[in-house]
Parts: sequence; structure tokens; C-alpha cells
Amino acid sequence: MSVLLEFLLRTGDNTLILGHRVSEWCGHSPVLEEDIALANTALDLIGQTQLWLGLAAEIEGAGRSADLLAYRRDAADFRNALLVERPNGDYGQTLMRQFLFDAWHLPFLQALISSSEPRVAEIADKASREVAYHLERSSDLVIRLGDGTEESHQRMQAALDELWPYAGELMLADEIDEALCAQGVAPDPAALRAPWDETVDAVLEEATLQRPSSDFAHRGGRQGRHTEALGYILAEMQFLQRAYPDANW
Amino acid sequence: MNATASEGTGNPPPDRSLEDESTHQPPEDVIRAWLGEIPDPEIPVISLTDLGIIRDISWVEGTLVVTVTPTYSGCPATSLINEEISRTLRDHGIARFELRRQLTPAWTTDWINPDARERLRAYGRLSRLASAPPEVSCPRCGSNHTERVSQHGSTPCKAHWRCLDCLEPFDYFKCI
Repeated sequence: MSVLLEFLLRTGDNTLILGHRVSEWCGHSPVLEEDIALANTALDLIGQTQLWLGLAAEIEGAGRSADLLAYRRDAADFRNALLVERPNGDYGQTLMRQFLFDAWHLPFLQALISSSEPRVAEIADKASREVAYHLERSSDLVIRLGDGTEESHQRMQAALDELWPYAGELMLADEIDEALCAQGVAPDPAALRAPWDETVDAVLEEATLQRPSSDFAHRGGRQGRHTEALGYILAEMQFLQRAYPDANW
Repeated sequence: MNATASEGTGNPPPDRSLEDESTHQPPEDVIRAWLGEIPDPEIPVISLTDLGIIRDISWVEGTLVVTVTPTYSGCPATSLINEEISRTLRDHGIARFELRRQLTPAWTTDWINPDARERLRAYGRLSRLASAPPEVSCPRCGSNHTERVSQHGSTPCKAHWRCLDCLEPFDYFKCI
């Protein structure tokens, strides 16, 4: 598999799995405005997935489509980071996961705008505008709930402590990242650590939340080693295409 | 049209097949006018050309190529818009056409036609240039004393605002 294809799967699987996770809130959110906001965020992420996995399918050249990549691969073939497959938990945990991801996603996409691969650059340019909007919202809500009531503060701190060990994987490089970086296709993941730290520290401070001291990071999702959570996501997300292959409307 | 067929007077008789082909190749401005009659599926007071998502119209070797850019990458209206364009072209007798997607330059609210902004205001939906100062005035009473209720609204391209003077709630194009 080419490193470019691997990169597109990693990028598209992140948006696919997070988009699906966020869409699970549809009809269950605490207030109507948030229900709409979560559904809209999920929609942006799924739209970006169509672009990333569409390009992956084109580059693979094996006659597969973005839909087939999304609905007919098994867990070990998925390349998303572990953070995005974490369960939704309570509303605070969903928002904290979104914030930790958005704070990485925006500088990642902004760096990709100068990718040596023009098809990657143009998707990144489009997606970065949507993701800037996501980060604005998730930062705002982490601050409001972190610096909110005693209960909302406790829940946000618990969410941060729970998710923290899953965030670091986004910024750990492997040999595929090194090859992509050498070709000028994608930034060195470690280079995204500084802008991520800057955003996270500023928001956590305003939210009166305590940044966990350990930088231990679970890893493996980007290499296809997932937690059991992904299997449950796929069981639901892929049901229709597995039960009725090639179903269409 | 083929160059040899369009040379001066001493020409061979016109090639009928070329002429038939050319009568079925209306110029870009005519096609743009057709597309200008297709309402946006979500905001019917403005058309696809007003919205600024039709990026190019050109004939390539007898095939009409219409290039469309999405507003949001996940906009659910995209497939409906493509179907409407296809139907309109077929209704006008265009048999060979192709719709292409173009991502760059990315769509922003700056692409909305200025004249359409006024119709949007009358319809109670506001938009402003992405580069404009962040003052949002009420489409009903014109007051700048407004607030954002939610960053998102009834479709992916809109946010939900309200006027603090007349209390009118209104949709507002997200500025991305």
C-alpha cells in the first residue's frame, strides 16, 4: 500500500469515525440547539470523509468507492486514531473529545494546505474553514462548562482525565509519517504538538481545568490496532451494507 | 466549429452535421441564464448562480462541462442541486453534459451575488461578506442590537440569531 493511500485512510477514517460517533447524539442531546449543532458537526465530518476516502479510492485504483471503504472494511483495516472511537460518555465527554481533536485537526489541515500533493491541499483548504468553526464551538463550550457549576466542572475534569491518554497518539510519528513528511505530503505529527499545546493550555486555563501531568499516550489505532469500541461502531454503521450488500436508493 | 468549415466565401457546402452540432451548443451566458432560474433547494429566493456555486460553464469537444463547488463539504443539498442542473440541461435539449466538482477556491459567503443579498434580507435571512465587520443587523427592524443564539441553524450553512430589540429570531449565513 502506498504511503499516500495510508495517509488518506488515516485522515478519512478519523473524520468518518468521529462523524459517526457525534451523529449518535442525534435526537438525544440535552437541548435542541445542541442537537442541531452536533448533527451539523457530524455532517461536516462525514462530508470531509467523502472527499478523503473518495481520493483514497481513486488512488487505490481497485474499483472501490468511498462508500465501500467506509462500509466493507473490518476493524483491523481502519486507520483512525484511538481518540475518535472513544465512547460518547456524557455530553461533557463528547465535547471534550471534540475539543481535543479539533485543537489538533485545525493546525493539521492548515499545514496540509501547502502539501506537495495538490488534491490533498485542496481538500484541506475546504475542510479547514469548517474545522475552524468546530474549534470555536468546542473551545467555547469547554470553557463554559469547565468554569460553570460545580457539577459541570467535575464532569469536564473527569472527561479530560479519561480522554487525555488517547490524545497524544495524534502527534506521534511512525515510519509512514516520516515518509510522508520527507515527500512534503503531510506535516511531521510532532510539529503539531506546539500549536496543540498552545490552544489546549489557553482553553483549559480559562475553563479552570487541570491539565493532566502524565503525557503517556495509548497508540495503535493509526496502525490498525483498535480498542473494542471500534467493533461496536462498525456493527451499527456497517449493518445495512453487510446485510444487504450494494443496497442503493 | 471546425476551422475549415468557417473559412471565407469559396467554401465547400456547409457540413450539416457540424451545423446541427453547433445549434445544440448554446453559449455560456445562455446556459448561465437557465441555471439562474434554478432556486436553491433550501433558500428558494436565490438561485444557484446567485449563490456563487457555478464556477464554470464550457463546451469541451461537444460536451457541456458545468463546474460546481459545494458550500459545505457535507451539504445534503449537493446531490439535489446536481439533479436539478441535469434536469434543466436535459429540458433544454442538451444531451451530452458532465458535472464536475471543484473545491478551490473554496466557497465563502463572499461568493453570494450582491443583488441576492438584498433578497435574502427581505426573506429574513442575512448574509455578509466573510471579510466584513462582525455587526449583524436585524432583517426586520434593522437594529444592530442582536445576539447569536446558536452557532448552527436549520441547514449546514446557517446559524441562529435573534434581535434583542424587536425579538425577531432569524437565520444567518455562517461566515466561513
